[in-house]
Amino acid sequence: MKNALANLSPKALALIGRWAMNLSGQFFSLVGGIAILFGNSSKQISIEVIQLRKASRIALVDQMLRVGIRAIPIIFLVMSAIGVILPLQMFNQLDQFGQADQIATINAIAAFRELGPLMTAIVLSGFAGASIAAELATMSTSEEIEALESMALDPIRFLVVPRLVATVIMTVLLTILADVVMVASGMLTGIKLGLDSDVFLQTTRLAVTSMGFITGLIKAFVYGLLIGLIACHLGLSVKPCQGSAGVGQATTNTVVYGIVAIISAAAVFTLIFYSYGWLV
Amino acid sequence: MINTSETTGPLIRICGLAKTFGCQTVLDGVNLDVNQGEIMVIMGGSGCGKSTLLRHLIGSMLPDQGHVELFGKRTCDLNKKQLTETKKKFGILFQSGALINSLTVGNNVALPLREHTALDESTISIIVKIKLELVGLREHADKLPAQISGGMKKRAGLARAIALDPQILFYDEPSAGLDPVTSAQIDQLIIDLTRKLHVTSVVVTHEMDSAFTIADRICMLDKGKVLKIGTRREFEDLRDSDINNVTNETELLIRQFLRGDADGPITQRIVNSDYEEDLLAVNEDSKLCWCK
Repeated sequence: MKNALANLSPKALALIGRWAMNLSGQFFSLVGGIAILFGNSSKQISIEVIQLRKASRIALVDQMLRVGIRAIPIIFLVMSAIGVILPLQMFNQLDQFGQADQIATINAIAAFRELGPLMTAIVLSGFAGASIAAELATMSTSEEIEALESMALDPIRFLVVPRLVATVIMTVLLTILADVVMVASGMLTGIKLGLDSDVFLQTTRLAVTSMGFITGLIKAFVYGLLIGLIACHLGLSVKPCQGSAGVGQATTNTVVYGIVAIISAAAVFTLIFYSYGWLV
Repeated sequence: MINTSETTGPLIRICGLAKTFGCQTVLDGVNLDVNQGEIMVIMGGSGCGKSTLLRHLIGSMLPDQGHVELFGKRTCDLNKKQLTETKKKFGILFQSGALINSLTVGNNVALPLREHTALDESTISIIVKIKLELVGLREHADKLPAQISGGMKKRAGLARAIALDPQILFYDEPSAGLDPVTSAQIDQLIIDLTRKLHVTSVVVTHEMDSAFTIADRICMLDKGKVLKIGTRREFEDLRDSDINNVTNETELLIRQFLRGDADGPITQRIVNSDYEEDLLAVNEDSKLCWCK
């Protein structure tokens, strides 16, 4: 038994080592790939901004409609639900101390600073991220990317830039919508719980500082960038020989890595903002 | 064996091209010259390296060794701008047509014109109609790629490839998976484009009928090596020759491929592989081999 264990442990260690190597390799290749894509896209975006071509504007609007419009009802639903959950969970605790009015403050801070951008980004990583990754991966497998390159058309300018910019813009715009929906839903719940609507609105107005609103939008901007970059990078990384399995893997990985990246970024942001004293 | 045009030199020159993926050598010192205005057919069995060779020619892969010269310039020495200029001078028809699925057939053909020329929309629209008429698809300009058949996609891909009036056209399996009539139409198009527009064509295929219809010269690849480069006539003679007159092992192999015989050196090669050993010796090493 002891011998068997002794024999097994080097193998097990080797397996764990190989797994760790694979995982860290994947992590660094993802981060490196995203960084390179970010650099190349930034360059192309600056060129596009200078040229302002009609075709680019049309492509951008197309992508914005595609990324954003379908997500609106889901964001409505998700944020309304959170706007109901949060006040209900808080009410009894706060009411014991006669602070039930503070529900408005908590709801507003949660919406504008954290949950608005976060939930929008999570919904969009499913809507926009998955569809962008699937589309680009399918284009890779059907030789369309190769065809573009062979026609001396840069896939980054032609495909990545409109999708990336559209995702960023729509994440920011939908975050504003999400903030408003959550506050409105929270207010309706508060009224049902017996709170005064005027007091609720006033408390909300006091709770939402311009800094809180802006930091929320900065977060949304970065989340949008992360979703767009991860989706485009993973979509374009699929090789033609990988076929439909490659498309499926790229789509799944985009959603998984996207959500992990968004939540990690949220934690990092909150830590930074806290240490700078911006969360007052 | 290799013909070079004395006056202008070959339009495409491949020198000692080698490419390895992991431990698999896909191209092993390929040398080939293609002269201006000729149709060169590159053929060989599946996995012989012909598609990889094509990808090196269009610059989407870089070789481990050797180089490709297009229009007398080494592609690996070109900077991004020069490479873009070179790419505008050749067109490619991909195996699936590779149309952009979100654009209509007409917009697919217009794409290189819009991106690479300063022509106004009305001129582009006229050019698109001319190119689509050449491939018989003018009335389908407003359809999306998903709404047309495989053969039509290939023809639309060809219209896009000739949009910028290229000097070289590369074809990747142009008649694979098509019905005989569409296949013959594509072959005729390749011939017409070469003769009428003086385009130089490089066609990768393993369809024998198509190869013998269109080729001026043929290059036979096997396991990443060039087995034979010769005129169509030479290959036809080899195909039709009596087996007893062919003693050379290489020529026997080419003859089997050209005739599509079930028995011959290619089949023998598969039989001679270490099948029995692989099947019986299920030891730790072979397990690891499979795991890889």
